[in-house]
Amino acid sequence: MPDFIANFELTPWWILGIKLAVVLTIVPLGSLIGGYALHKELGHLQHRLGPMHAGGFHGWAQTLADGIKFILKEDIIPAKADAPVFKFAPVMIYVPIVLLYTVIPVDSKLIVEDLDVGLFFLLAVGSIPVIGTLMAAWSSANKYALIGGLRAAAQLIAYELPIVLSAAVVAMLAGSLSVIDIVEAQNWAFVIWPPGIGLIAFLIFLAGAMAEMTMPPFDMPIAESEIITGPFTEYTGMRFIFSFFGAEMAHVVAFAGIAATLFLGGYKPIVPLEFLEVIPGFVWFLLKTMFMFFLMTWIRFTLPRLREDQLQKFAWKYLIPASLVLILAAGAWVLYAPEALWH
Amino acid sequence: MAKVEDVPLGGRGTDVLWPDEISTGDLETQEMVLNVGPQHPATHGVFRLLATIDGEVLVDADPIIGYMHRGYEKLVEARDYRQITQLVSRMDWLSGINNELPMWLAVEKLMEIEVPPRAQYMRVIMCEMNRILNHLMFFASFGAELGAITPTFYAFREREDIQYALEMATGGRMHFGFMRAGGLKEDVPAGFYRQTLKGVRQVIERLDQYENLLIGNEIFKERTIGIGVLNKEDAQSFGVTGPIARGSDIDADVRKDEPYLVYDQFDFNVHTAPNGDCFDRFWVLLHEVVESARIVEQAIEALPSGPILGKVPRVIQPPPGEVYVRTENPLGELGFYLISDGDKNPYRMKIRTPSYNNVSVLPVVLKNTFVADMIAILGSFFFVLGDIDR
Repeated sequence: MPDFIANFELTPWWILGIKLAVVLTIVPLGSLIGGYALHKELGHLQHRLGPMHAGGFHGWAQTLADGIKFILKEDIIPAKADAPVFKFAPVMIYVPIVLLYTVIPVDSKLIVEDLDVGLFFLLAVGSIPVIGTLMAAWSSANKYALIGGLRAAAQLIAYELPIVLSAAVVAMLAGSLSVIDIVEAQNWAFVIWPPGIGLIAFLIFLAGAMAEMTMPPFDMPIAESEIITGPFTEYTGMRFIFSFFGAEMAHVVAFAGIAATLFLGGYKPIVPLEFLEVIPGFVWFLLKTMFMFFLMTWIRFTLPRLREDQLQKFAWKYLIPASLVLILAAGAWVLYAPEALWH
Repeated sequence: MAKVEDVPLGGRGTDVLWPDEISTGDLETQEMVLNVGPQHPATHGVFRLLATIDGEVLVDADPIIGYMHRGYEKLVEARDYRQITQLVSRMDWLSGINNELPMWLAVEKLMEIEVPPRAQYMRVIMCEMNRILNHLMFFASFGAELGAITPTFYAFREREDIQYALEMATGGRMHFGFMRAGGLKEDVPAGFYRQTLKGVRQVIERLDQYENLLIGNEIFKERTIGIGVLNKEDAQSFGVTGPIARGSDIDADVRKDEPYLVYDQFDFNVHTAPNGDCFDRFWVLLHEVVESARIVEQAIEALPSGPILGKVPRVIQPPPGEVYVRTENPLGELGFYLISDGDKNPYRMKIRTPSYNNVSVLPVVLKNTFVADMIAILGSFFFVLGDIDR
């Protein structure tokens, strides 16, 4: 037996490496499954089959085939583009999304790193992709990309606040920023209890998250019928996947997981009933994530797109005041609600 | 079903921010020229809009057409009438039969051919089916342009049954080529009526779903009400016709005003809407679908028996003379001005297509709107590129 196996020690570095390898496998896998689910969901919502041939059974290999197609496409960088920035932008978009997966608890022990400031980390990292979008927009040397980039920047400023404020409500209710503690605090999922507060926070978070991921009805930055694909107009092949399609899917799955963790009780049953505890935690988590994924894509394919000024109005006039009021309400609940009502 | 009166009037509401009310403060802004098209997803083909924008505000817009000009008016001078019917059906490719009809009406008028009643009814049925197809197509694309892609597939589901009925009869799905001088090529096959009624009744039944999905949607209303207002005077002076004119409160429909074929036999309404904004145009379009479906039902009910093709000479050679025929194409008034010198080719055929006049008013409507509104306005002008450049 070679020495290095005989002397093998499972040091924390090794564990970290294994964990990261798992995350790096799950992210593309998750986006592939997400893409397939999206196809099927669309097919059923819109009374059509959707892709049915690739792979034989219900076109299961379609997203794989799409991926291979994109790998084989020519990688074009426009002559007038700022090439280094243009090349780096997809990395800037994709890496933070991968990082999101590291602090989502799939089960009480199944988490890469339970940071003390997990929630803070999620929110901070979750808004970095927009910088990549801006880089893509500016470096493309394309007017449509520029318009899209400006829209994305305005949207980030407007919708970052509701997300942070509604997450603050969760942190106040749980009394912690650690995602594990947040889940443990939810005997009843926050969306159900405390009545009203959790639900409204959830809806604000949902709107903010969909805006941050530029999903319809908040997809002005990429509005395909107006400005082609906005910042990603000039992207082709794999860069397009990593900046747009793949990134979007990975982002949606990540945010579905985050919403499930923060508001739906993560790996715990949604209500504290004995017989529900039989189902293992990661199944609960996956079910909730899938539900969130379905909810977001359902909204996405039903509603038309808002206009830029209407979007801003929606954020500044309704979402942000509502979330500020909600923080007051949550504060009042934490301070004055009798202990017996807490869980 | 929503009534147009239920919807607040267009115009400057207090809650809407208008482009020319945006203050830039001390910021120095610069105008930028943006080429929308010739290849752009919202232009339905090779339509080009030279837009001057200042941020999100469209300062000026100049439509440039001609990228698809195929010289039909000259080409037809070297073709005989059987061949022309194939050419004109490629002008407004969404409604082939409606294009073939006025051309043959012009020829029949010159040659004084008697068209048997069965053929006349059948022509009405097919034209109206084609109108439903066309309108559903624009319903679909308008939804998609506003970012809602599901209505697209709903509309295509409904289109399919009617499309299939037409396919049974003509063998074509787009360019039918089914009209002949004096009637139709042949009688319809067995099962045609059942398939047609199935499709048509489905459309009537399911229209409520569409209303819920799009017209009832708050975001849709926000995006369309008071946007792209085309007033009555502008519409009249630019010669705008069809659903767009009716959306601007012009009560004009050739089927009612100057009935051709047997349109005077049917009971149908011409819908108009008062405000002339995107919502009203769309509202009119959607309600015309129901009227067309009603006409088809009535026509099938009253369909007489008899020959489908009148007595026609072997070679179509109209006597010298000139004639102008106008019909109601799904998109507006379609006119054929035909001069014959007695040859089997026309001496001159001037075609007045609806889309050409309709898009000519675009600069007036597009001035001082938002970029996003521009797309909504373009979508609500229901034009077909082949109908502009022919």
